[in-house]
Amino acid sequence: MSRFIVRRLFSMIGVLFAISVLTFLLFNALPNPALRLAGRFASAAQIAHINHQWGFDQPVYIRYLTIMKLVFTGKVISYDQQVNVDHQLLQYLPVTASLAIGAGIIWLSMGILFGVLSAWRAGKWLDRGLTVLALIGVSMPVFFLGALMSYYLGDKWGILPAGGYVKLQDDPAQWFVHMLMPWFALSVLFIGVYSRVLRSTILDTVNDDYVRTARAKGLTERQTMTRHVLRNSLIPIVTLFGLDFAAVIGGGAILTESVFNLHGIGQYAAQSVEALDIPPVLVITLFGAFVVVILGAVTDILYAYLDPRIRL
Amino acid sequence: MSATGSTPASVIEESLPHEGWPGGEGAEVPPGIGPYQLAWRRLRRNKVALAFGGLFLVILILCLLAPLYAKYVAHTGPNSENVDTALNQFGVPLGPTWHAKYFLGADPVGRDVAVRLLYGGRNSLEIGFEATLITIVLATLLGVLSGYFRGPLDGFISRAFEVIWAYPVYLLGIVLGVVLAISGLDLGLFKIGSSSLLITALIIGVIYTPYVGKAIRGQVLGLREREFIDAARQQGLGNFRIMYQEILPNVASTIIVFIPLVLANAILTEAGLSFLGAGVRPPNPSWGTMISEGINLLPSAVHTMLVPGIMLVLCVLGINVFGDGVRDALDPRAKIRIDH
Repeated sequence: MSRFIVRRLFSMIGVLFAISVLTFLLFNALPNPALRLAGRFASAAQIAHINHQWGFDQPVYIRYLTIMKLVFTGKVISYDQQVNVDHQLLQYLPVTASLAIGAGIIWLSMGILFGVLSAWRAGKWLDRGLTVLALIGVSMPVFFLGALMSYYLGDKWGILPAGGYVKLQDDPAQWFVHMLMPWFALSVLFIGVYSRVLRSTILDTVNDDYVRTARAKGLTERQTMTRHVLRNSLIPIVTLFGLDFAAVIGGGAILTESVFNLHGIGQYAAQSVEALDIPPVLVITLFGAFVVVILGAVTDILYAYLDPRIRL
Repeated sequence: MSATGSTPASVIEESLPHEGWPGGEGAEVPPGIGPYQLAWRRLRRNKVALAFGGLFLVILILCLLAPLYAKYVAHTGPNSENVDTALNQFGVPLGPTWHAKYFLGADPVGRDVAVRLLYGGRNSLEIGFEATLITIVLATLLGVLSGYFRGPLDGFISRAFEVIWAYPVYLLGIVLGVVLAISGLDLGLFKIGSSSLLITALIIGVIYTPYVGKAIRGQVLGLREREFIDAARQQGLGNFRIMYQEILPNVASTIIVFIPLVLANAILTEAGLSFLGAGVRPPNPSWGTMISEGINLLPSAVHTMLVPGIMLVLCVLGINVFGDGVRDALDPRAKIRIDH
């Protein structure tokens, strides 16, 4: 276990380092940010002053080290608004976390439910219907679905609010109502993927020898299914969920956030990229990758719990 | 048999080779039938998959015929604006007329939605196919090399996959999209202009490479320990000959199963990136940009969002259902998928 943690820690540092360098170098290919910071009518002296003040006249590796030092001391300032990036990130995090946690619960439970139903009735009409739904779900771009929901359910028929975010601590009921549509819109794709994956793993598992053994030793069908078949079939689902949930928390739900006008991490990232504002983009990508790697490790531990044959 | 075989659920009803792909060891194929022939027979029985494959083919052909439609039916180009005839007195664009001109209505600057839909489809599909080609070629090359040679090369390639994997997909996409749109890409040998569709294709192609590459690497790691590879080496075959002649045919069915999966995801990703303004640049149409433009006009002109959106869903659905059929035929235990 401790070996596993140490190994994971090293690989995480490596991945984060590579991602920070990659992001930095990508933006380095752009024209000097001093020209934008100085404004359109700046004199050469002003530009030189900004160059010096922000350290743009330094060589690349010095600039990289400076910005990374600022990132780790929590003092990194964005070029565009010149505000502290970490404070901004903390401000956007609750929105994204609300989206991710609610949607995660929905897509995990419905994905498992549909997957089990589909496998239970394999080849029958229920299975076919769920298969069709799942395939439509995977083929539906989230921003199109979101726009449809927001327009019809929100603007036109007025059933649910069309978008925006209400703070949980301000008004829990309104928070819930505002999040309902984004949760479902984001979940549809994942429900489709998970139910399909679970269906095929269950159908694969029921033919395994240990399932026959479980039946032979006199377990009821329900016990066999929950203790042996489902427990083993959930392994790929756990892996998928870890990755997907991490991606959404790390700002991966940019499309959902932008179509429902939720000012979360994804939208913050998108705006910063558009403004060519390196510091926030760097911090967000590092944050996103960090969450992915951490949840990846947690997933592996859960994995070992579900399947005792796997050693960490 | 043919009645039950017409659904993707046919997996469980047939006793199929248990090696994950046809032609694997222990596959009990009838004498005289090769693994691909067997797969083709299974696919041919799957009428639903074939129908949806046909749907995709029809969309593809319609999009390829876009210039003919524009010239002989609609008499207008994808970017030609016609404010006088296409808007009513309040400045609201025409809805679908179901006539040759403005068949699916107009957009607020008077462009024919049907013409733009077909031209946009050309762009979306072109990017989709190019990205798929890039992903498949890169993933096969890197996956086979790292699985076969292992050691430091594998370490390097696997780390590189991990970095792209951990990088949030759309974030990487828009970072690359915005940066490359400003600077263009200079690969030394050839240059890609900053407005080229190839940039978007390249971004998507690179993003999906680890998903496919990891799967191929894993399979090659298993294959290289098998007896037939030892036999090939005993016969004096070189490494690259073994990879090309012995390994590649054995991962071919995996690659085939991945093609529709990657294509469907690439088209969706293109739409997403264009929606965020990091894909196809206006005024050039693509389904993603058209939906994005349509959303901004929502209360007055719903058709400008609905038309490209429905087309996109139909196209991707066609690929997905057909791809599902291909997977059922080639990989009946459904081991291959894109985890995302």
